[in-house]
Amino acid sequence: METKIPDANAEDSNEAVISVRDLRVRYGEREILHGVTFEVPRGQTLVILGGSGSGKSTLLRTLVGLERPSAGEIWIKGQNISRITEGELDVIRKKMGLSFQGGALFGSMTVGENVALPLREHTKLEDSTIQIVMRLKLEQVGLAGFENYNPSQLSGGMKKRAAVARALSMDPEILFFDEPSAGLDPIIAAGIDNLILKLQKAFRMSIVVVTHELASAFLIADRMLLIDKGNIVAQGTKEEMQNSKLPRVRQFLDRIAEPEVEGEMDYLQMLTGEAPDRSL
Amino acid sequence: MQIATRQSGVATIVDVKGDIDLYNSPEMRKVILEELRDKRTARLVINLTQVRYIDSSGVASLVEGLKTSKTLGSRFMLFGLSPAAREVLELSRLIRVFEVFDSEDLALKAQ
Repeated sequence: METKIPDANAEDSNEAVISVRDLRVRYGEREILHGVTFEVPRGQTLVILGGSGSGKSTLLRTLVGLERPSAGEIWIKGQNISRITEGELDVIRKKMGLSFQGGALFGSMTVGENVALPLREHTKLEDSTIQIVMRLKLEQVGLAGFENYNPSQLSGGMKKRAAVARALSMDPEILFFDEPSAGLDPIIAAGIDNLILKLQKAFRMSIVVVTHELASAFLIADRMLLIDKGNIVAQGTKEEMQNSKLPRVRQFLDRIAEPEVEGEMDYLQMLTGEAPDRSL
Repeated sequence: MQIATRQSGVATIVDVKGDIDLYNSPEMRKVILEELRDKRTARLVINLTQVRYIDSSGVASLVEGLKTSKTLGSRFMLFGLSPAAREVLELSRLIRVFEVFDSEDLALKAQ
């Protein structure tokens, strides 16, 4: 339960909860994101699509403050997080729920202790209050009664749900998911999609999901953007993306493989870095 | 968040004003539990008219109040829920667990 439901009269429902302007991210000499600009409207789900190495995970890590931009601005809830101190960033992070691939549950703790951990670390709530919040969160993700289980006793889908419950524990206003369906069979993955839909609809959360799973993306998205080689190739509603005629969008959505290198000259150009850019 | 108490017959009314969140819900919890445990209030009525939204820790604090009142044999009532606060209780399947009234008058007159 994200219980912090904005009052429609008090806050503009069209307001962007995240606004990214000309964002650039560099690892050493290598620039990964080449100036990306987009917004996430309040209460909507944005799906960031892209292939391996496209820069989509770097984008997500930068949005949550795990990477610092080399240029550009990231406005979250009216604050430019690219220009604030680590302490100020911590305050903003408390409004974010992160469900990342690497964010596995701690095996030495029960499921309930995992879900309660952010509340114990970041609040002064009494233990009895924390226990009730923890059970509310497990109920919301369909894991009521599993608080005393060890993570190793859960299936892959249940572990994901428990991780989502932990991400929800502080009542975040924005939820970030990195590849939520990775490693799950299609039925379990559909269950996670439904959970994301439920959270967004029930609690009017703003959600950002990075994925390359097209079926999942079209089910959960209000808006989508396709990132390729560090640039945004296209963005819009899912209907606009579905109807896009941009070659790179069609290639991604229609799952068309990269063309094979043809001929000796093409091969030579590829080896010497003179091959034409095939993006777009 | 501001919190104050007042008497109306045998009932104590807790007036809560402002958002209830992770940082101030412990204050509300403290007042509620003091009224129930220390002052042995027979009927504790929580006025949420001035509460725009309430987070999970606020809901949990109300659940603790309800549980304590049941243990001690007193009444624990809510009134004046905003649409958002009502939705929160509905989504957490608690709306039927609490005694919820539309107005202070109805809460005080309830048998």
